[in-house]
Amino acid sequence: MIVIGALVAICVALVWRRDGIDGVFNILTHDLLLFGEIIPRVLAGCLLGGFIAEILPHDKVSRSLGPKSGLKGLLIGTAFGAILPGGPFTAYPVAAALLTVGADFGATIAMVVSWTLIGYGRAVAWELPILGTDFTLWRIVISLPIPVLAGWLGRVVFVRMYPKGEPS
Amino acid sequence: MTASALIIDITLWGSVAILGFMAWQRGRVVLVSSVREGSMDFINIVPRIALGVIGSGYIAAVIPPEVITGWLGPDSGWLGVLTAVIAGAATPGGPVVGFSIGAVALKVGGGPPQVIAYVVAWALFAFQRMILWEIPFMPARFVWFRAAVSVPFPFLAAAIAMVIGKP
Repeated sequence: MIVIGALVAICVALVWRRDGIDGVFNILTHDLLLFGEIIPRVLAGCLLGGFIAEILPHDKVSRSLGPKSGLKGLLIGTAFGAILPGGPFTAYPVAAALLTVGADFGATIAMVVSWTLIGYGRAVAWELPILGTDFTLWRIVISLPIPVLAGWLGRVVFVRMYPKGEPS
Repeated sequence: MTASALIIDITLWGSVAILGFMAWQRGRVVLVSSVREGSMDFINIVPRIALGVIGSGYIAAVIPPEVITGWLGPDSGWLGVLTAVIAGAATPGGPVVGFSIGAVALKVGGGPPQVIAYVVAWALFAFQRMILWEIPFMPARFVWFRAAVSVPFPFLAAAIAMVIGKP
């Protein structure tokens, strides 16, 4: 957070030097409006995460998405990421909730990567109209194996890095 | 508010209502504690989202999209793929900017494998999404871990695209 704060401060200074104080305020108003639009969705995402953490039985989650869930766990994570509704304001709180109820890094990576690469929301709303049907379908077909492979690679690396489980 | 934003909000709050109902069926205690947990997360996250939203506007203003488009020229081969991956990670702004740059690159003669690498890299690493969303919500260790193990995949996507050919 400190790094990001410093980066932002540098960029504000650059904008100020280039466009003057008006440029700084223009961006600020635009971003504040965006912030107001996003904030209720963030609340909804956090509530979803809270409900999922309470409703899902921990033993079942760690069995089907935990470190020993194998290929099946990675496939469940991928499918879940692909059908998850909403945008980043749901994907990340839900992924964080899955981690707390017993999913391992591998299955959660599969879910996040699947949401970003083969989730229908962004593809239908933005990619189809801008890049066209042929390109979008081609891109999605090529992307299909990636979530499972990324989750698998995540598991392999995780076991090497933390042979005794995740440090607290 | 556009139609798609309305649909997003309806599905989102609909899912909240359904899961909230399921929590309520488990008993009042479950409902109250999950709402409390969600609200605490929300309160903790608002300042970080504020920094992310307001900050990423300035970061985007410093990196104009034209710079990114320049990196995605008709440069073919693996060097082109590498540039495309870096450009994808450095692209500021939301999906409109990312996909439009991909479309422009296709039009000005960028190779499809390079554009695939760009779109996949943007989906995996776009710095603005990571700063604004992933880092505030997820444990920092997870985010770096996820990004690190994702590095090979834009290249893999480009390789598959080169093998199976154009759409």
